[in-house]
Amino acid sequence: MTDTTVAAPEKIHDWASPTSTARVRRRYAADRRLQIYGIAAITAAILVLATLVGSLVLSGYSAFVTSKATVEFYLDPNLIDKDDINNANYRKIVGDSFAKLFPEVTVPRQKTELQKILSTEVRFTLRDYVVANPDKIGQTVRLTVPLSDPFDQLYKGVIPARLNALSSQEAARFENRLKNRGLVEMVDGRTMAKINVYIDPAKVSADDIAAGNFQAILLEGIDALFPGQRVAGIYAMFDDSAAEVIKQRVIANPTLIGSTIEGLSVPVSPAYDTLNKGEIPKIPNPRVGGENEIAWFERLQNLNVLSSPFSTELFTNADSRFPEQAGLWGAIVGSFYALLICFLISFPTGISAAVYLEEFAPKNRWTDLIEVNINNLAAVPSIVFGLLGLAVFLNFFGLPRSAPLVGGMVLSLLTLPTIIIATRAALKAVPPSIRQAALGIGASKHQVVMHHVLPLAMPGILTGTIIGMAQALGETAPLLLIGMNAFITSAPDGFLQAATALPTQIYSWSDSPERGFVARTSAAILVLLGFLVIMNGIAIFLRQRFERKW
Amino acid sequence: MLTYAFFIVVLIAITGYFIGRSRSVALVSGQESRLHSRAGYHGAYIAAWIGVPTVLFTLIWLIFQNSVVDSLLVQSLPEDKIVGLSPAQISLLVSQIKSHAAGISFGQIDAVVVEAAERYARWQNIARWTMFAALLAIALSALVIARSRISPEFRARHGVERVLTGFMIVCSIIAILTTLGIVLSLLFEASRFFAIIPLADFLFGLNWEPQIALRADQGISQGAFGMIPVFAGTLLISFIAMAVAIPIGLLSAIYLTEYAGKNFRALVKPVLEILAGVPTVVYGFFAILVVAPALREWAASIGVDMAPNSALAAGAVMGIMIIPFISSLSDDAINAVPQSMRDGSYAMGATKGETITKVLLPAALPGIAGGILLAVSRAIGETMIVVMAAGIIAKLTLNPLEPVTTVTVQIVTLLIGDSEFDNPKTLAAFALGLILFLVTLALNVIALRIVQKYREQYD
Repeated sequence: MTDTTVAAPEKIHDWASPTSTARVRRRYAADRRLQIYGIAAITAAILVLATLVGSLVLSGYSAFVTSKATVEFYLDPNLIDKDDINNANYRKIVGDSFAKLFPEVTVPRQKTELQKILSTEVRFTLRDYVVANPDKIGQTVRLTVPLSDPFDQLYKGVIPARLNALSSQEAARFENRLKNRGLVEMVDGRTMAKINVYIDPAKVSADDIAAGNFQAILLEGIDALFPGQRVAGIYAMFDDSAAEVIKQRVIANPTLIGSTIEGLSVPVSPAYDTLNKGEIPKIPNPRVGGENEIAWFERLQNLNVLSSPFSTELFTNADSRFPEQAGLWGAIVGSFYALLICFLISFPTGISAAVYLEEFAPKNRWTDLIEVNINNLAAVPSIVFGLLGLAVFLNFFGLPRSAPLVGGMVLSLLTLPTIIIATRAALKAVPPSIRQAALGIGASKHQVVMHHVLPLAMPGILTGTIIGMAQALGETAPLLLIGMNAFITSAPDGFLQAATALPTQIYSWSDSPERGFVARTSAAILVLLGFLVIMNGIAIFLRQRFERKW
Repeated sequence: MLTYAFFIVVLIAITGYFIGRSRSVALVSGQESRLHSRAGYHGAYIAAWIGVPTVLFTLIWLIFQNSVVDSLLVQSLPEDKIVGLSPAQISLLVSQIKSHAAGISFGQIDAVVVEAAERYARWQNIARWTMFAALLAIALSALVIARSRISPEFRARHGVERVLTGFMIVCSIIAILTTLGIVLSLLFEASRFFAIIPLADFLFGLNWEPQIALRADQGISQGAFGMIPVFAGTLLISFIAMAVAIPIGLLSAIYLTEYAGKNFRALVKPVLEILAGVPTVVYGFFAILVVAPALREWAASIGVDMAPNSALAAGAVMGIMIIPFISSLSDDAINAVPQSMRDGSYAMGATKGETITKVLLPAALPGIAGGILLAVSRAIGETMIVVMAAGIIAKLTLNPLEPVTTVTVQIVTLLIGDSEFDNPKTLAAFALGLILFLVTLALNVIALRIVQKYREQYD
């Protein structure tokens, strides 16, 4: 009975056919594409991180050193009253002593300019020195004092002494519009441009040629050369003396009035003169000042009195209006106080709440409500906590503004959910057998938790707490709302004094216009990131060293 | 004074502990096994009896001391001095008196103020000493009462454990109190705002110009408080952030879960998580230092004019911040898809890519969607990046090259350096805060719902 013939299938799919192989190839190509997209996404994320860190290091490293000048100060006994050391004219002492390095500077105005090379705070540094060493009055002392912001930046090479006088656009315009049209020539080593000027009788009268408006005539000539442009940069191509050249020409030949002088050679401005001679024209950087300032600065460099030691000011000073004197000490102390308060409140509270919810709480509507609450609080925007602090702590309880106490209280509310969630996870990880064994030998429920479960869960709890504290250290918005971004020039002495914190200091510095604060901000960020790396490092260490797997 | 009081109370509590210990041992003449609770519990019982009432007393005292002294001070001022003054002027006078009492005074000081300042200082002093004395009395009487209760049969451990449980319950309730505090303070201040500006004007107004006249004779009168342009700006920036974060985060999660080897994954995942640990103020500075100038230059090179504080720069940097958030939540969601579904797909001959796009992603979609909603809520509530990189002027536009402002930026600019709580300008910040809180809360609740529902399917 096996003679039933198996009907051959109508059509067997030919997997080797070109359409099939092409389709398989397409499907695998799609797979590879997805893989490449994934790699591209990861690369992009890592590149961004690298750019973030790289740009901060590049712009911030220069703030870790300060440019200083070593100057001999003569503590003139005529200027310092021994009985009133605090109120002597230290500004004059600094100015006179510094000016000795530049004997050729005699004009009083230039002397004032000269003083701008040194930081404004040098006079206070000197005052503090004299107050501390009153026996030095009448002597000459060598002190190393900081330079002011522009010269600090100049010495570090952050800004150049000279800038290009002409933009590439301006140079190209000169090249294309004048030189390539054959309108430029050299006369006695001076670059001249040939233009056509119409000596308008309305602007010059034959009776008094010298009083004619030759400037307007020149501008019309330039306009004819560059039809329809009327840009200040085009007029600036010609020297101020160009109008004078036209005037002399007309005085020499009054019949030209009413006619057009063709191909009149007028001088171009010095920058274009330099450009035509094949050099790149430079002007002094306006941040630094003029040629005088650059020359003085080069003198200082040649005298070998400049140095750039490690900037201890960055870590020992509090905030200042002058970037070269501004430091982080006040912010670090303020952050420390706020974090201390935050820890003192949120650590015991968080552990207690977590232990209650995990070990003691009955399952009912109230504990459910608490749990939902904690999960939601973890996702509430931090600025809302700032509003809470402002309305309740400052406005209702009347606590002082900008105080680390209030900052710490607000931060503790922020970190509480993090600590509770981490503690509950750590408590869950302790196996029930430990609890049962302790209960079995007659321990009370409290004794089980206090003597066995909590100690075993402690590494996990500490890890979570440190991570929560690291978050709190970087938190800015709630501190802004309770006023911890104030300008305060000394470190706080207590929990109720006005203070700043590291992130709020970064925010205020990033808002300051002086060039030096850009580097200071980056440096402050690097310090903050350093603290965060240390804290997270400790957390990772704790986890790896003490965490037990059951 | 408070510090001294604190140390003295702590000292009494410690003494109480040792008294309790030694007395319980003495009562059973050294045979500790006859005690119901161990000696340490008797000590702790006394310490708790001293600690709990004093802490409660101090808290209540501190809450009420200032307002009581202030109202006494106002009542003590001569009638003719305060008649016809508004509450704000009276509070100004009170703070003048206080700062004079603290030794800080500016300009000409009224004789009445000087006299009141002396009175104020005297009352402060009296209040301090009264509190000190009351604390001492409470601590000592608690010590005596608790000590008298100690006996060998006394269940000290139960008492201590009850106190501990109570403390833990109070700590758990702090979470509810915080939420309650947020809701009540926002509602209270916002209701004062809505008493001045109608709710409908706030919710549907198209103009946001919160300038208020400082003096009555200044030109600008009311200012406009319509939140639509502010909210539109928030949504625009959040949308840009999501457009950056979702593709990068999702694709890197797909690669890390499905393609990457174990070592690569172990190396790259922590690196991505660093992005989540960077404080937002750092991102804000990164935006103004690098991203905004670079984007502007790029826009100029293709001939487009771009504002220095454009929505694009702020949104892009915010997107970078959110990448790890999306990536780790999608990672969890994809990982939670059971292995059997992958195996089934491979058995059908699907490639890895087809398995991911046609099986894993649809299965993980609720989890991913929940993660994206959480990320949106975080973007809306993010403050520092936009405060530093976005604009202040509210403008109703969809153009990402123009500056827009956000809810959080407005809250910060309205409240920085200003603590007067009687004008609509500062109160508006609380109204915005209320909206922000409600929106983020709704997003979080929806997201958690989606994620939980999804989990139930596979567990």
